[in-house]
Amino acid sequence: MTWSEVILATLKENEVRLVAYVPDNILTPLVEGAASDKYFVLVGATREDEAVGTVAGAYMAGLRGAAIMQTSGFALIGNALASLIVPYQLPAILIISERGTMGEFNIGQALVARTVRPTLDSLGILHHTLTDLATLRFILDTSIKQAFATRAPVALILSPLLTGGNPASSTQLV
Amino acid sequence: MSNERSLAKTLNRTALTRRLVQRLTHQEAVVAGIGNTNFDLVAAGHRPQNFYMLGSMGLACPIALGVALAQPNRGVIALEGDGSILMALGCLTTIANVKPRNLTVIIWDNGIYQITGKQATATGGVTDIVALARGAGIAHSEWVRDEMHFDALLDRRFEDGGPLLLAAKIDDQPGKGRPLRDPPLVRESFMKGLGTSRGGLPDA
Repeated sequence: MTWSEVILATLKENEVRLVAYVPDNILTPLVEGAASDKYFVLVGATREDEAVGTVAGAYMAGLRGAAIMQTSGFALIGNALASLIVPYQLPAILIISERGTMGEFNIGQALVARTVRPTLDSLGILHHTLTDLATLRFILDTSIKQAFATRAPVALILSPLLTGGNPASSTQLV
Repeated sequence: MSNERSLAKTLNRTALTRRLVQRLTHQEAVVAGIGNTNFDLVAAGHRPQNFYMLGSMGLACPIALGVALAQPNRGVIALEGDGSILMALGCLTTIANVKPRNLTVIIWDNGIYQITGKQATATGGVTDIVALARGAGIAHSEWVRDEMHFDALLDRRFEDGGPLLLAAKIDDQPGKGRPLRDPPLVRESFMKGLGTSRGGLPDA
């Protein structure tokens, strides 16, 4: 199985049906995989905080969800995390494709990516960086279960080591 | 500015919120945006199906969309102010494309950021919320002409087949209630109201 197939299978095993996302090159197989499987309820949001809000509402009404975004999109959700997800104790599953490292060509991406882990740490949000297929399912499965059991969000950062990084990089890095 | 907007009577949010809540007979979920929107929902009498935001300005509609997707047979109402929806106009395009038939969005439009000192919003200038919503693709978007029209629009919402957006021109009177500033309690109360609380006793 590919990394995106493992993620979708693990979401399914944990009854995470809602996938709210803003696209990214890296995330394409994940979003397309969810779109081609009727199990998933796919919502294309215009902003990442919108995706987080939809996941929050769905959870409270009995539908588990994940918000999927790239690192630059994570920078838009600080207020949604600090004033909705964390204080209301909502188990949002945040899946973040990591730009800005290991072959980034865009300085804006390189800088904004550095805000992700300090922001998560400052809010006390547990996060894991997923780097290889061997540990992917274990980390994802246990983290999702823990999030719902403890009613706490979790951030899962998809490293280029796992995904191969942005496919556009090869033509942009000279 | 559309003719429809100029024909809309200026109403009072406290009174209209009470009017809305009195018409909720099927345990509809109500998600109220921050500030006066929230205060007036509290003032209309607490219901277990109410969710009160305390921050996350602009997210009442996305939260309500999530509730609507999770429980497609329950009516869901998002209440937002003009300043809040202007911060999150993109969500109108998302709602238009998802087409939840059980979602009603109500925008209280007084053209000001009332709670921060009555500074003008864009709708206090030339911007028309209903025109924006129609442009986003929410075909059933209407200015509320008066109280009777408000009632009639609410009665139609399940027959229309898609989401409904109402914008009401309101005055600048402050909200009357005091919100409960205890997020886990608000969340748990809402989940009990929606039948999704896992309940039970405290864990060891």
